[in-house]
Amino acid sequence: MISCILKTQSKILYTFLLALVVSFGAFAQASEQAEVAQKGVDPGATEGAEVTTGDPAVISAGEALFKNNCAVCHSAGSDVIVGPGLQGVTKKRSESWLISWTKNSQALIQSGDADAVAIYNEFNKQAMPSFAFSDDEIKSIFAYIDSGKGAVSAPVAGPEGAVAGENVGTDAVGAIGGYLDIVLVVLIIVLIVLVVTLLLITSLLKNYLNKNRQLNEYDAEVVNQRFDFSKVYKSNAVRTLVVLIFVVVLLDLTIEKTMGIGIQQGYAPKQPIAFSHKLHAGEHQIDCNYCHTTVYESKSASIPSANICMNCHSQVKTESAEIQKIYRAIERNEPIQWVRIHNLPDLAYFNHSQHTQVGGVECQTCHGPIQEMDVVYQYSPLTMGWCIDCHRETPLNTEGNGYYDKLVELHESSSKGAFTVSSNGGSECSKCHY
Amino acid sequence: MQDRIKYWKGIEELENTPEFEKHAHNEFPEFLPINGAEGGESASSGKTHRRDFLKLLGFSMAAVSLASCEAPVRKAIPYLNKPVDVEPGVANWYASTFYQGGDYNSILVKTREARPIKIEPNPSSGLTPLGTSPKAQGSLLGLYDTNRLRYPLIAGKEAKWEDVDNQIKSRLANVNGKVAFVSSTIISPSTKKLIDEFGSRFGNFEHVTFDVNSASGLLQANGGVIPGYDFSKANIIVGINADFLGTWVAPVPFAKQYIETRKINPDNPAMSRHYQFETILSLTGSNADVRVPIKPSEEAALVSALHNAVTGGGSASGTAVDAKLLTSVVKDLQANKGKALVVCGSNDPGVQELVKAINTAIGAEGATIDTAAPYYVKQGNDAAMLRLIEEMNAGSIGAVFFYNANPVYNHPLAARVASGLQKVGLKVSFADRVDETAKLADFVTPDHHYLESWNDFEPKRGFLSISQPVISPIFTTRQMQDSLLAWSNQSTDFYEYMRSNWRTVISGNFNEGWEKAVHDGVLENGTSLLKVSAPATTAPSGIRKVQPSAIEAVVYEKVAMGAGGENSNNPWLQELPDPVSKATWGNYVAMPRLMAEEMGVRQDDVLKVTFANNESIELPALIQPGQANGTVAIAMGFGRDLDAMPVAKGLGANAYSIATVNNGAVLYTSGVKLEKTNATSPIAQTQTHHTVMGRIVVQENTFANYKENPKEVTEYVRIATHEGPVKPATISLWDDYEYKNHHWGMVIDLNSCIGCGACTMSCNVENNIPVVGKAEVLMRREMHWMRIDRYYSAKEHEPKDYAEMEHPADNPTVIFQPMLCQHCNHAPCETVCPVAATMHSSEGINQMAYNRCVGTRYCANNCPYKVRRFNWFAYANNDKFGFNEPMNNDLGKMVLNPDVTVRGRGVMEKCSFCVQRVQLGKLEAKRENRRPKDGEIVTACAQSCPTEAIVFGDMKDPESRISKILARQQGERAFHVLEELNVQPNITYLTKIRNLA
Repeated sequence: MISCILKTQSKILYTFLLALVVSFGAFAQASEQAEVAQKGVDPGATEGAEVTTGDPAVISAGEALFKNNCAVCHSAGSDVIVGPGLQGVTKKRSESWLISWTKNSQALIQSGDADAVAIYNEFNKQAMPSFAFSDDEIKSIFAYIDSGKGAVSAPVAGPEGAVAGENVGTDAVGAIGGYLDIVLVVLIIVLIVLVVTLLLITSLLKNYLNKNRQLNEYDAEVVNQRFDFSKVYKSNAVRTLVVLIFVVVLLDLTIEKTMGIGIQQGYAPKQPIAFSHKLHAGEHQIDCNYCHTTVYESKSASIPSANICMNCHSQVKTESAEIQKIYRAIERNEPIQWVRIHNLPDLAYFNHSQHTQVGGVECQTCHGPIQEMDVVYQYSPLTMGWCIDCHRETPLNTEGNGYYDKLVELHESSSKGAFTVSSNGGSECSKCHY
Repeated sequence: MQDRIKYWKGIEELENTPEFEKHAHNEFPEFLPINGAEGGESASSGKTHRRDFLKLLGFSMAAVSLASCEAPVRKAIPYLNKPVDVEPGVANWYASTFYQGGDYNSILVKTREARPIKIEPNPSSGLTPLGTSPKAQGSLLGLYDTNRLRYPLIAGKEAKWEDVDNQIKSRLANVNGKVAFVSSTIISPSTKKLIDEFGSRFGNFEHVTFDVNSASGLLQANGGVIPGYDFSKANIIVGINADFLGTWVAPVPFAKQYIETRKINPDNPAMSRHYQFETILSLTGSNADVRVPIKPSEEAALVSALHNAVTGGGSASGTAVDAKLLTSVVKDLQANKGKALVVCGSNDPGVQELVKAINTAIGAEGATIDTAAPYYVKQGNDAAMLRLIEEMNAGSIGAVFFYNANPVYNHPLAARVASGLQKVGLKVSFADRVDETAKLADFVTPDHHYLESWNDFEPKRGFLSISQPVISPIFTTRQMQDSLLAWSNQSTDFYEYMRSNWRTVISGNFNEGWEKAVHDGVLENGTSLLKVSAPATTAPSGIRKVQPSAIEAVVYEKVAMGAGGENSNNPWLQELPDPVSKATWGNYVAMPRLMAEEMGVRQDDVLKVTFANNESIELPALIQPGQANGTVAIAMGFGRDLDAMPVAKGLGANAYSIATVNNGAVLYTSGVKLEKTNATSPIAQTQTHHTVMGRIVVQENTFANYKENPKEVTEYVRIATHEGPVKPATISLWDDYEYKNHHWGMVIDLNSCIGCGACTMSCNVENNIPVVGKAEVLMRREMHWMRIDRYYSAKEHEPKDYAEMEHPADNPTVIFQPMLCQHCNHAPCETVCPVAATMHSSEGINQMAYNRCVGTRYCANNCPYKVRRFNWFAYANNDKFGFNEPMNNDLGKMVLNPDVTVRGRGVMEKCSFCVQRVQLGKLEAKRENRRPKDGEIVTACAQSCPTEAIVFGDMKDPESRISKILARQQGERAFHVLEELNVQPNITYLTKIRNLA
């Protein structure tokens, strides 16, 4: 990520260093977030684990489940989002009641359970969706809520917190870049003033000498020397140089433009619905995986179907003109035709799950500060050189993965360098082209 | 069929399509010459001038700069309401069943984004767990055939289902005469029950089963069922005109059983001995240890001689077959009582009676014939069909339904069927397109494709299976069963009907049991649903005498095409080479060399074949070694002239007339007259060389030698050096690769390979391999990544010269060798590529980067195995290759594997070891934090092989199957092809062992 900043905004070294210092703290937070997101993929991960309250593993598993599934409607504190805040809920209700409510709240309501009916009525008869969790998983979620972690950290992890923090570095570079421009402009103005002043002084002195002093011929020639520009532009050397520079510039431009054909970096088409990632992923901190459901499982991250939007928007902001478009699509039974932004050529095979789940790569590494984009644009060039660079530099995420066990040992015994994607064959043709 | 001298530049010209007309006088071909494909004429006029070149250059520059101005806007359209089970980019698998003309396969269907893209064997099945037939693989394309009917027809006009239903119901209510339902064999218990119920509404109803390549004689001799042959228990197998590995009865289950007795366990070597007596050189005959060519007229005599010898202890005489050989067959049979099996493909009930008696005499019943579990895959009753034809002509049939039956095209008395239909009041066809019979029908009510339908199957008693829809119907077709239900005024649909029918076989909780059966695709708890009874109408008993004639002809079923022409419009299957003749795209007159020499006929000469009924066809001749002398053979299923089958139009000729009715039975043989014409018509064969010219390419040895010393059966090349002969690998100029992670490899057992072609077909489907058409196959430009080389060999050639070797013997032995990229560790192709488009991976795979390839073809020239294929043309989105349906229309493209690139013009391609599967398998393992399990990652060819001849795996994993085989067979049967070149292939072959008498 940092190397990307270096490439895209290659400014002066100290600004970069400044940015580094600013972003460092945030970066640590961001990677923590990524870890959570990663664990969140596997609801079965905690299955079979002994559920004992206070076990940090259980709590973090519960945290992952909570953030991926519950946080959209519930806070772990006392705030009401869509449903009630869950702080202290385990004291109010029995564990078995909570488990059956989570699994299928409608069944509980229909069974006539007084508490259930009361809650249902209190929150405008809004049904909570059913979740196919195991008992242990539900227990882990409530263990997390009991731990109070969510309640404390929630206000801290505000919009400028975890996810957003990752990009402070980029912002810093931008801010300092603006300041530098002003300094430069001021300097240029000062220089121009200097030059004009100097020219004025020369002219004054010349006039003075010519009028007031009787100069001899030699001195007069020196004072009134005339510069013959035609000699300069008539000289062969200068002409050749100019032509040469012109050709080089032209060639450079041509090559640059030709190489840029098909690269759509910065491509930000207008979408049929003005969906804002800044609002959803940034401000509301909805996990990417909540909508892009297959990002940890499949080659494609998948664009959410309208029924995922409806999980919330059947209740939230139903009057908005943009949301109305989703309703219309559903009524007309016509899918929403989003404009594809990231267009890899057909000859390249890319698999999201390989990078997200196995590699532990953050979404932002390739997609940029998505949580700040009102309109999504293509952040990375998506060229083969860009892929290969990353494969050459990125160390493999081998920790705890049984697939790599022997390979890491083998690599360490034969090479001192990092065990990168490339050193495991990740820059061979048929890893992506088949 | 006009197959007279007619040359064409492309299929378009032959068919004279509107596109061709339009472009006929276009200057474009001059401007952009397409070399070669058209022959001399246009090649000379297609010169590129300097100005043209400059124009082109300018144009392309302008085009590139224009194209770069604005990238096309591409849409990403998600589901509106995503089905729970469908994850974009993740394949779903559903169990189903393929059944066509006896070829039964329990299958798994791979779907991506809810469209089926691949068919694989269902390992849960007890009958076909290992592999599929090529037909099953190819059947996928039938689903996406644009020529299927999209709506029902009334008198040939598009109609609505309500109108069809109303009209048929009212006409059925007033039907006058017998109602007949003609179908090919139905092994669906529920469908059969439904048809019976449908028929019970009429006073006079008959369900006539008509199989194009029928086993009526066999059925009649065995009480209406096919004996439960179990080849796996047989030490001695005698086949008489029965191609049981290719086309006869149930080839895929039989191949699995057969190969169990042919694979050699090195620790306890044992092997069956297989005698084959046959007219054509069939797939089964090619695999036999001892093969004897016989004329059709000699078949009955041979069977009765065998019968007499086995039962009466008499001598096996009175036949044209060598008496010594016959005696040894009899001796083997008698020595292996209870462990021997005789099968016969004859359709003569008299002959089959004798075969049954032989099997009883050698104790086969209850041993090599499972009497409790007969096969149901063929139920055709020729006598009933013949009677129905007469009844139709007599005008006593009021209504007739045709389901999977097309007798106007493929019955020996097709003309009588057509004339009889004129006298039938109501004719309904369930055909999926307007075929020959549907053309004459009043109503065509198109049936779903099997991948769109619910159905159940019982190919063998106690072996039930299910097919489930894996895609919602593409067109407004309706399943035949649902049509019957609608016409019987029943509100239930066939799914519910079938479920309630299954309540009797599922014990315990029905819903759970049903879900499990649908999930597994099979239910093999021993219970049976299908009601089969002995045929009511039978042919007279007794042996029919086949009159010997100067030229006896047989009409036979091709392994990949099937009997009735159902697959004619499938370009994949049309281009799949015949396992033995290696011919594609059409049929031909297969004749022995001796006869050809006598007649002065050369290969590709067009012959006029006059049948016994004085009809005649013209077909080119193919010299077929092993064809019994005095006989010719022509394949069924060609000579279509249908608009609904554009791929098949004009290919070959219809030879069903060879089949004759002899005393109430249909025999697939008769005498014909052959006349030479002056025309020639080239046959597109993919392999025209029959010999390996003495090089060590395939290896074989005898079982006797193997038992004596297994280390002597394979010949290993040694290179002479000053230190004496050494292994080629020891004097390498190259550095070896170090494989740290995986080292993928393949072992191909030549003993197990029967040459059926399922692997080739499976590879084509998996890897988006284009169909190139007859003209290009003739130019040797077929694109198959995997081919099965077939070599003829004979003892008498050994001392002779190469010229002699080019002439296969009259009865050669045959050996099959699957040939694909050998993924050499010292690959000759890699070193000659000027742009490094092909190189070695760290896992031992020889990679091919299509977008780096500039098309020099150096690699193909330097490949000793000739497995590299060059894209001479753009086969996708190109009207000239319209028959390449999977790449040239929107519907056909649905079949393409989305994980594999469709290659463009001018690049080289070849077997990738299914790298997309390797990558996916590794990814799955990584996601689960473990190493890949052996058997989890398999190539398409290995997965589809019905005999497990191909084993793919990681040679780096000492516990993998491939590592164990290699460790055991090294120095015994394991060898590399052309080892002397020291290219060090990652594919190892195992020497073929023959159990010679």
